[in-house]
Amino acid sequence: MQDSLKSSSYQQLEQKSKYTNMFLRWFLYFILILFASYFIFPLYVMVVTSLKTMEEIRQGTLLSWPSGLNLESWAVAWGGRGYGAGDTFLRPYFWNSIKMVVPAVFFSTFIGAMTGYVLTKWRFKGDQWVFLFLLFGCFIPFQAILLPMARTLGVLGISNSVVGLVLVHTVYGIPFTTLFFRNYYISVPTELVKAARIDGAGFFKIFFKILLPISAPIIVVTVIWQFTQIWNDFLFGSTFSFGEAAPIQVALNNMVLSSTSVKEYNVDMASAIIAGIPTLIVYVLAGKYFIRGLTSGAVKG
Amino acid sequence: MKTLKIEELSKNFGSTEVLKKINLEIDEGNFLVLLGPSGCGKSTLLNIIAGLETINEGDVFIDDYNVSKVEPKDRNIAMVFQSYALYPSMNVRENMIFGLKQAKTSKEKIQEQLEKVSKFLQVDQLLERKPSQLSGGQRQRVAIGRALVREPRIFLFDEPLSNLDAKLRVEMRREIKKLHQQLKTTVVYVTHDQTEAMSLGTNIAIMNHGVIQQNDTPEKIYNNPSNTFVADFIGSPSMNLIKGILKENSEDLLFTVSGSNLEIPIKDYDFKDKSNLNNKEVFFGIRPEHIFFKKFNESDFEINLRADLSEYIGHEQIMTFDYANQELLAKFPSTIKIDLGKETKLYFDLTQASLFDAQTEERI
Repeated sequence: MQDSLKSSSYQQLEQKSKYTNMFLRWFLYFILILFASYFIFPLYVMVVTSLKTMEEIRQGTLLSWPSGLNLESWAVAWGGRGYGAGDTFLRPYFWNSIKMVVPAVFFSTFIGAMTGYVLTKWRFKGDQWVFLFLLFGCFIPFQAILLPMARTLGVLGISNSVVGLVLVHTVYGIPFTTLFFRNYYISVPTELVKAARIDGAGFFKIFFKILLPISAPIIVVTVIWQFTQIWNDFLFGSTFSFGEAAPIQVALNNMVLSSTSVKEYNVDMASAIIAGIPTLIVYVLAGKYFIRGLTSGAVKG
Repeated sequence: MKTLKIEELSKNFGSTEVLKKINLEIDEGNFLVLLGPSGCGKSTLLNIIAGLETINEGDVFIDDYNVSKVEPKDRNIAMVFQSYALYPSMNVRENMIFGLKQAKTSKEKIQEQLEKVSKFLQVDQLLERKPSQLSGGQRQRVAIGRALVREPRIFLFDEPLSNLDAKLRVEMRREIKKLHQQLKTTVVYVTHDQTEAMSLGTNIAIMNHGVIQQNDTPEKIYNNPSNTFVADFIGSPSMNLIKGILKENSEDLLFTVSGSNLEIPIKDYDFKDKSNLNNKEVFFGIRPEHIFFKKFNESDFEINLRADLSEYIGHEQIMTFDYANQELLAKFPSTIKIDLGKETKLYFDLTQASLFDAQTEERI
């Protein structure tokens, strides 16, 4: 009698916990979907709008589906309408950005790796101070360095050029890249360097043959970080360059804000998406390494 | 000619003195173990021999040639590290020949060395593997192999077995011993494990606070520790050190503890200096394994002590006795039954006893 009573009450409890779990699960999905849609919504509006004609935009709502795959606004955003003055389109500025971002990411990553290597494996007196001051660089706001940097670029004769922007972004990126590499290399056993020194390898050989080959995860992290920062930068671009030398974000701004005639929302949206695509590609290609690189540090040899 | 000679070597990191006027010599083919607690400077000393650390004072000679300012790669040494330090991106073959390649050795010679050493260490089946695909013991072998292919004058080992589990450690210890027997290369080996030191070394230098406390054969270190630190450091459990004073009788010398009637006669003890022994404060040292539960030798000294504690560890038991309010540990086979809280007859093997000055803590 008692046993059966007990088992039935356990069954009830079991049922109850099952319902609670189910409810919580549905609630969880609901919340997740809610947040996901919140984030995906702007992208949806952008993509949909870029595929509409101006006529459709005027008549439909923000959310309405386009009548067909109308890629004209994309063509205009990328290549312009083909008439002379005042026709701003993204193609040349896109290449400006590429020409800026590739060397800037390369140099800042490389220099960061070197500095991180020296700060962890070739310790010298006062190296913590050097690191501290480098860290300081991470916290200096963009605005604070505009004037001194403008002067520097002027003295060097590379203001209003892609080369100038490469320099600015490389210098500004070094504190971050150094921080990344320093934190990664600190978990690499120093005995590796000792062993290599006994084996007769020098400063550069140890870096290129021993450390760099095991740095893939942190290189990916740094490249993504730097690429995103530099590609999306507007302030440096708009301050230190104008006209032909401007990077894509500045051109995008000029296109969207300075058009005197009717606002072409479809072209604006297409341009904004084009300007955002490269970072998306980098994330998709290297995203899984990004997480891995952020979380893993230890090198088991 | 000494294979390795260290003269008046001092090293400090900032204001901390890590090594204080170290003098050391090793003959060809000897196996020197640097033994000491962590932070005693033994690893620093090894790094200095390797050339990985700079010297503040003093010199290092290899084959009578002053190498104090010579680069690590030119010192004709090879080193095996605690973490093995195999290059993670290279396979076993590349790991082993990296040094030879840096030294611009001819391809034929490299191949010959690689084959010889990998066969010898039984890693010839693993040559294409990455270090991450190897077990702990295999990594250890490869690390030794990387040192071997260079045919160095001196092998340096920096706690090479500390990362292995207990069973493998014993196996690898024997392998290193065999290796040394076969190759007869000079070895300097750093460890904090006294069993490793005892079983491997032809010489042991015990270090503490940057000073070599005693540099001797394992037997001498065990039987005639030169101070209380060495006496305490070697042996498990370590040597009993009972504080008391020496009393001179008509012809006898007695060890007593004040406020107690326990007296141990000191006969045939090899004093360094026989003068001024009366009323000297000393430590009487006797190892737990030299205290017996029955008379084994004619000269064994009989004494009655109360048993306070028993620790059973399988093949033996460690008993704690009360010696005039000081603890005295003894090691017996676990088959012996001793009642706690009762006086028990014990026998000290006094030929194995040591005496230390209570002030200087040096052997007298």
